[in-house]
Amino acid sequence: MIEVIKVQKSFEDNGSRRQVLYDINAKFYDGKTNLIIGQSGSGKTVLVKNLVGLFKPDSGQILYDGRDITQMDRKQLKELRKEIGMLFQGSALFDSETVMGNVIFPLKMFSSMSAEEQRERAQFCIDRVNLTGSENKFPSELSGGMQKRAAIARAIALNPKYLFCDEPNSGLDPKTSIVIDELLSDITHEYGITTIINTHDMNSVMGIGENIVFINKGHVGWVGNKEQIYDQDNDDLNNFVYATDLFRDVRKYRLVHGYQRTTSSK
Amino acid sequence: MVLTKALEGFGNYCTFLWRCFAIPEKWKELFKRYTDEMYKLGIDSIPLILIVSLFIGSLCTILIKLNINNPLLPRYAVGLTTREIILLEFSSSILCLILSGKIGSRIASEIGTMRVTEQIDALDIMGINSASFLVLPKIAGLVTILPFLVVICMATSLFGGYMICVLTSIVDVDTYLYGIQTMFIEWYVWFALIKSLFFAFIISSISSYYGYTVKGGSIEVGKASTDAVVMSNIMILVVDVILTKLLLQ
Repeated sequence: MIEVIKVQKSFEDNGSRRQVLYDINAKFYDGKTNLIIGQSGSGKTVLVKNLVGLFKPDSGQILYDGRDITQMDRKQLKELRKEIGMLFQGSALFDSETVMGNVIFPLKMFSSMSAEEQRERAQFCIDRVNLTGSENKFPSELSGGMQKRAAIARAIALNPKYLFCDEPNSGLDPKTSIVIDELLSDITHEYGITTIINTHDMNSVMGIGENIVFINKGHVGWVGNKEQIYDQDNDDLNNFVYATDLFRDVRKYRLVHGYQRTTSSK
Repeated sequence: MVLTKALEGFGNYCTFLWRCFAIPEKWKELFKRYTDEMYKLGIDSIPLILIVSLFIGSLCTILIKLNINNPLLPRYAVGLTTREIILLEFSSSILCLILSGKIGSRIASEIGTMRVTEQIDALDIMGINSASFLVLPKIAGLVTILPFLVVICMATSLFGGYMICVLTSIVDVDTYLYGIQTMFIEWYVWFALIKSLFFAFIISSISSYYGYTVKGGSIEVGKASTDAVVMSNIMILVVDVILTKLLLQ
């Protein structure tokens, strides 16, 4: 579990300090898809960068199963990062490497496996994200969805305990987004990973939001899950969630007729 | 204000170099990347070096012949002066100014693109020292290969002078060959090679620094690439003056 306690973060902005995060408290649970949602500019990417140690908070604690990342020296941080996988918004695959090269890379750098075992593990991860046959393709030869899947394969290669995903559905069509969401959800439950997804895609929220933290103007605006999000009375959250006519209609229908979930066809 | 900014930049550059020279995660991976970089930065530059050197050698010979057409000077002075210009300045300094355009912009744009597409963040998240992983092989590779390129440049330039003598008879071939061999000072070759080591370090480290510290998108990558070449050129000239003063006086 990752626990965030009273985290604050500000940045230098033309000679003055601009506060981005105010006393953030949140918990992200093992084996669950934890979503951080909020409008653009609300501070959710800054929060994720603090969580993974790319930024250092001004104050507060970030506990990875009790280990405070804000107090770690470089060596401890390096060890912790071996337990972290990250899926970036733009996939961040290495252009000069093939899909196999990208997936095998963390294994080469950190595992004590033999070359054969590394290859087997990488192939397993590639198969797991349904990219079989694309092992020798370069990132530029892949579609957006395939790039995301390759990045997921790379992120899970070392069996991480914590998986961070920054806008995993950005730039993808709705159907591919669902594929990525379901893949992330399946992997989370299969391996008991603490998955934290930074998103503003409402389909993801409604589909895989087992633990949702809503960030509004640098504050935690609401915490709940996908079932609770329909019926809450938080105005800021409602303005965010029901920003489109479609979701407003869904909510009206749900309030009138009650909630009845339909199974999506894959 | 400008001085503060310059000092801050220099401080950041030193910190960056400190990170670059950290102990690598895996020596095997470093060695693989080191050989790759030698190929990409060095071997790939040989065609450019051959073309430029051949023409500069020819031009030097023609211009020297036209400008020292004095009966009091020995005829072999054309070959001798061509050799001295090539050994002392062209093969190291001018070649490195040319190469900083090719290699420097390549390094800055490659690392800059990795920065803006979050590939460097991905390395950091994995627990890899991205500065050392990406930059150390480039610095080591270029420092290793550049002296060889300088030797190729020297030979090709002198050959360019020879070719122009053969093709145009501007100078008698035997006289030219006598000129490039007479009063030869071996130290001048070493001088050029020593300078090339410094210039290789300047080109690779400054270009990597500009690429690594890019913030923004493709426009900033282009700007960083240009800035890297400009700053490398300035530093090459400054260090050239210092080394010439130290090593030749």
